[in-house]
Amino acid sequence: MRTYPILLTLFALLIVMPITSTSAADSAGAQQRTAPQVPPAHAASDIEAKQLYVQSLAATCANCHGTEGHALSGATVPGLAGRSTDELVAQMKAFRSGERKATIMHQIAKGFSESQTQLLAEYFAAQKR
Amino acid sequence: MDRRSFIQAGAALALGVSNIPAQAMRGAKVVVIGGGYGGATAAKYIRLLSKQRIEVTLVEPEQNFISCPMSNLVIGGTRSLADLSRPYSTLTKQHGITHARDMAVSVDPIARTVKLAGGSVLSYDKLVMSPGIDLNYGSIEGLPEAQRQGKILQAWKAGPETTALRKQLEAMPDGGVYALTIPEAPFRCPPGPYERACQVAFYFQRHKPKSKVLVLDANQDIVSKPALFKKAWNERYPGIVEYRNQHKVVAVAPSEGLIKFDVHADVKADVINALPAMRANKIATQTGLANMADGRWCGVNYQTFESSAAKDIFVIGDAIQVAQLMPKSGHMANNHAKVAAAAIVAQLTGIEPNPQPMLTNTCYSFIDDRNVVHVASVHEYLATERTFKVVQGAGGLSAEPTELEGTYANNWARTIWADMLE
Repeated sequence: MRTYPILLTLFALLIVMPITSTSAADSAGAQQRTAPQVPPAHAASDIEAKQLYVQSLAATCANCHGTEGHALSGATVPGLAGRSTDELVAQMKAFRSGERKATIMHQIAKGFSESQTQLLAEYFAAQKR
Repeated sequence: MDRRSFIQAGAALALGVSNIPAQAMRGAKVVVIGGGYGGATAAKYIRLLSKQRIEVTLVEPEQNFISCPMSNLVIGGTRSLADLSRPYSTLTKQHGITHARDMAVSVDPIARTVKLAGGSVLSYDKLVMSPGIDLNYGSIEGLPEAQRQGKILQAWKAGPETTALRKQLEAMPDGGVYALTIPEAPFRCPPGPYERACQVAFYFQRHKPKSKVLVLDANQDIVSKPALFKKAWNERYPGIVEYRNQHKVVAVAPSEGLIKFDVHADVKADVINALPAMRANKIATQTGLANMADGRWCGVNYQTFESSAAKDIFVIGDAIQVAQLMPKSGHMANNHAKVAAAAIVAQLTGIEPNPQPMLTNTCYSFIDDRNVVHVASVHEYLATERTFKVVQGAGGLSAEPTELEGTYANNWARTIWADMLE
């Protein structure tokens, strides 16, 4: 399995992100707690950067699955928006292993690492259905 | 820093600092030249990714987008151009993009302005250049005149020529020969010529069964999906399609229906569909962006698609010097556009561009009116090599043409048009 150190970091930051943004507004103590992971001077732009990178990654799915994972009505390829993270990760795994048969998706799924798949699944799960 | 000032810094961050980049880009201006698969996607995604904070003007003379992918079906007679058309007005209505219905005639990369044929001048902070290709008619003797007179068509940009080529085929008597000549790669849409051969053969088989499709290819072999196309011609169109490799056209004489080659004997045909060599569109070359392959294609920094010749200009789509195994396809242009859009938003926001952009590609080809094959690939940017490479083990081809893939191909077209325009 290929690994992507940058994307793993990115993923880690995304987990930290909600804590940072809410705690910073709520209490200085929480801000201090998260400070070692996310240096304050760069935190805001880092968060914005990670969001942008994930949106950019997810946009590679939009050609067939629709912008931000919203399939057109009557589409023969399913939308991805609002589906659970676990389901999306499991489907990608099944495509990669060949457990789920496909015309094309088994070939494309192999182009994305596990960490990228996790990021994509979380992004689509967070979109309104 | 003591504890108190640290807390203050934290509070400042929470209250206001996070908005600074966003404010920095508010009102920034991006101009996009060309409303094809690349340009329309870039325009929409810059609006989406900037949360509508960047102003975008799309310079495109047409009122409606017409898709090149699927347009071989118009030549085969099973689709109309209207089926492949979508209005640009949804980009204005749904995304607040200004559509300048005009041609860009010149770009000043120093002043950062674009001059339009109508006389107006647009200034930009970032420019997206998605101009497509020019056909080098002059590379084949006799072609410029034959083209002007409408005797030898290309139909390599969907529109009036597509319909005109269809009419030439309809007017051809049964027992005639349709000759399609293919230039050396790289050219726009690698499987396109071979799909077109299938579509014309499909039409002949049903309506003019004594007619022939002659594919005259300058390349060593079929450029895309060779085994699948050969199998389709042998099994579905026996006696109709004939393929000849290493046939480089040097001249055409439409009055005698003659095609001349560098080494092989002349060929006679009733309908000649000669595709000449291609290069980046004139607006890109005259701006000085075509700095690769003897001035044919535009070099880019693949991480962002910013031109390697001019700052703040991003070149996407068929006009670029491609990375290894990167096809000049509509799907690929759409993916270039998304990487460029994210990089532009990042630059205007004062953040680093994505260190590891990804691209996908899918090219569907219609073997007849409903059976389809595909080629797919996934491309990752490698910072150490500063280029895109295909992810090993990913991507691939269809095993055989199927109707199921036909439904997916139709779905792909509808969905990607919406991804660009709606």
